[in-house]
Amino acid sequence: MLDLTHTPPKPKVIAGARHDWELVIGMEIHAQVSSKAKLFSGASTGFGAEPNSNVAFVDAAMPGMLPVINEYCVEQAVRSGLGLKARINLVSAFDRKNYFYPDLPQGYQISQLYHPIVGEGEVLVEMGPGIARHVRIERIHLEQDAGKSIHDMDPNLSFVDFNRTGVALMEIVSRPDIRGPEEAAAYVTKLRQILRYLGTCDGNMQNGNLRADVNVSVCRPGQYEKYQETQDFSHLGTRCEIKNMNSMRFIQAAIDYEARRQIAILEDGGSILQETRLYDPDKGETRSMRSKEEAHDYRYFPDPDLLPLEIEQAWVDGIAATMPELPDAKKARFMGDFGLTDYDANVLTAELEAAAFFEAVAAGRDGKQTANWVINELFGRLNKEGRAIAESPVTADQLGGVLDLIGSGEISGKMAKDLFDILWTEGGNPAEVAAARGMKQVTDAGAIEAAVDAIIAANPDQVEKAKANPKLAGWFVGQVIKATGGKANPAAVNALVAAKLGL
Amino acid sequence: MSIDVDTARKVAKLARIRVAEADLPLLARELSGILGFMEQLNEVDVSGVEPMTSVTPMRLKRRVDEVTDGNQQAAVLKNAPDAREGFFAVPKVVE
Repeated sequence: MLDLTHTPPKPKVIAGARHDWELVIGMEIHAQVSSKAKLFSGASTGFGAEPNSNVAFVDAAMPGMLPVINEYCVEQAVRSGLGLKARINLVSAFDRKNYFYPDLPQGYQISQLYHPIVGEGEVLVEMGPGIARHVRIERIHLEQDAGKSIHDMDPNLSFVDFNRTGVALMEIVSRPDIRGPEEAAAYVTKLRQILRYLGTCDGNMQNGNLRADVNVSVCRPGQYEKYQETQDFSHLGTRCEIKNMNSMRFIQAAIDYEARRQIAILEDGGSILQETRLYDPDKGETRSMRSKEEAHDYRYFPDPDLLPLEIEQAWVDGIAATMPELPDAKKARFMGDFGLTDYDANVLTAELEAAAFFEAVAAGRDGKQTANWVINELFGRLNKEGRAIAESPVTADQLGGVLDLIGSGEISGKMAKDLFDILWTEGGNPAEVAAARGMKQVTDAGAIEAAVDAIIAANPDQVEKAKANPKLAGWFVGQVIKATGGKANPAAVNALVAAKLGL
Repeated sequence: MSIDVDTARKVAKLARIRVAEADLPLLARELSGILGFMEQLNEVDVSGVEPMTSVTPMRLKRRVDEVTDGNQQAAVLKNAPDAREGFFAVPKVVE
């Protein structure tokens, strides 16, 4: 797509022993659908339950049990597709991907290889003001998650829990459009943000609700451009797939390690073997998953237990009609309506709740000042105390009240910070707290003038110095504010001091 | 399509069915016979005919997103050769 407002970021270049190399990265993100029940059974998707308690006989693959699809999961896949500006396929179908593993009781995973529910879309990944990569989405398909194996409870046995077996996943497959570890992390961050805005996946990476498989290859500079012109993969290097990562830090470290491993092999005259690898965060390296290789013949075929999934355009239109404002649109609106910088708009739109808080405060007030207060004072304090925005002791109304007191000149910026602190720890109505604590800056010209006169009369030496060097007038301003107990309006004092000294 | 001994061995392995080496030639011949029989279907011209997925026109049945099942750990584990502390216990599989 032609984009006149962004320039693409420079690809990451790694200098090898012999020459430069570039990275080419494609990703498969597994995002757990935010459903209460599983994709094909009525068992709960709840995290952290007793082992094998969230299991229906369908999930345990008991003979004769048949899958019945959860319509909410289908809706969330469509909603995610619309959020990625993707084509929605009104007819899709489920296939069986066959392999044996203890955490897969059916002996196959129900997935959508041949006819996915969502087709080609796009994600805008910003890497700085005016710099962004358009990452093409190839498809999104619905599939079942596998169970969980625990290997450290017994020296000779693995323990298997089927609670996660059959939970709905959206596998979001990108084209190889990502060109470095930082871009890969930014892509995952952006995708996670969009899914969270849509409410289709909670994005909790720690619980494994968003996981990434990363395909990495390296090529000589210039080769990637040839690929983009022709879409012919032969211009690119052989790729390796690093499986199942659930941390932005690990994703970046694994890509960096894997690229350097491949470069070392190629520069040594060797060739890359296409294989599946695992990242070991303790050792900081990737290693081959040989067991997966043997089983790579998945013998896909259409699942005879499930008819094709047919949805109606009117139903899709109904979902489209309830789409929320998405991150790109919200950011653009914040910059346009409130005059925010690119950076501030990014920070304030990162999470939906934070954006809503900002908007509630900014309504009818100065956008930039509100942004400063929300980002510096509110977020600063929340981060320090490890709280989420929903747990903020200061509400949007209270923060708005503080800003109103600054705006009317009743309190100074310094007083406002003190007031914010009191509201944070003790609560209360901002105007009432300010009045009760005697927080009121003196704007009365007469009172300030008297203080200025007194300081000038008491310090004739300083007056002479200031007349020679106007920069020293600041000393008088400081003295006056001190003399008024910090309550004098600094702007008013500045003006009076300058006038009295004849500067 | 004919199945040779190597293919028969590979299919048996993927299906986790143990077949003695001596039995593979017969198995390969039998599989080839089955596939050959089915290949007669290729003689029918189906160009322009949509694949039939159901004998009667039916819409894929849907369920609503409600928790209606589960909480039956004992029943789920009942047929397991080995279960401990609520888990299935299987020979160690480590990547």
